[in-house]
Amino acid sequence: MDDLLLNQFLLLGAVLFCLGVYGVLARRNAVLVLMSIELILNAVSINLIAFGAFWGTISGAVFALFVIAIAAAEVGVGLAIVLLIYRNRRSVDLDDMAEMKG
Amino acid sequence: MVAQNIFFYLFAAAIVFSAFRVVTSNNVVHAALYLVAVLASVAAQYILLAAEFVAATQVLVYIGAIIVLFLFGIMLTRAKLGRDQGLTHKHWATGAATALLLFGVMAYALIDQFHWNQTPLPADTRLIAVNGSNTATVSDSMFSTYLIPFELVSVLLLAALVGAIVLARKD
Repeated sequence: MDDLLLNQFLLLGAVLFCLGVYGVLARRNAVLVLMSIELILNAVSINLIAFGAFWGTISGAVFALFVIAIAAAEVGVGLAIVLLIYRNRRSVDLDDMAEMKG
Repeated sequence: MVAQNIFFYLFAAAIVFSAFRVVTSNNVVHAALYLVAVLASVAAQYILLAAEFVAATQVLVYIGAIIVLFLFGIMLTRAKLGRDQGLTHKHWATGAATALLLFGVMAYALIDQFHWNQTPLPADTRLIAVNGSNTATVSDSMFSTYLIPFELVSVLLLAALVGAIVLARKD
């Protein structure tokens, strides 16, 4: 083990992605679900940059920058929606939002 | 290369531990601060992969701006400060089983496809096409090949931020 391997970055990304998926599924607070989505986006960025380094191309880094910009937009809109929900219902508990349940 | 491996595993351990605390912590503010540790360690991994500009952007945008947004969100929704047992769903075990199953499938696919030690990264991951630094290559690429996506992302950011203000404004 003296060279950096592509697979160690990919497996790190997989661990981070699955922890994020667990957070999205198991958390009840809407802000914590948004944080878990950030974990998922970071896992994707690690994969993009690792493949960029593997193939010797810069596209991976450029797309990782796009992912960061879109994550910023997503958090802005997401937190605005959470704030609106809090203002209307005095709670951000996702279990309380069950109006669509048949 | 041995030093790179030592730092990789050091920061990978930090990422996994902190990410685990983000999704299991009983304190919302602690979860946000562990998220800072995750994002900083991911930036360190980017530097190991010679993507220094992405690492700097990660620190500026994620740790500088997004974490502050999260802390504002926590404060504005009056989340209970201190320990709160109600943050995790009572059926968390189903979520954990789903995540473990997903990880099993992904790990099997990755090891099956790339094997463990047959895909080393290039010894020097810098691209020396422009001025010997990846940052110059990124900027060249972004303002030539990826010019239209770049402009689209700026329009998207503008639309998202105007939308966020419209949504959160008190009428």
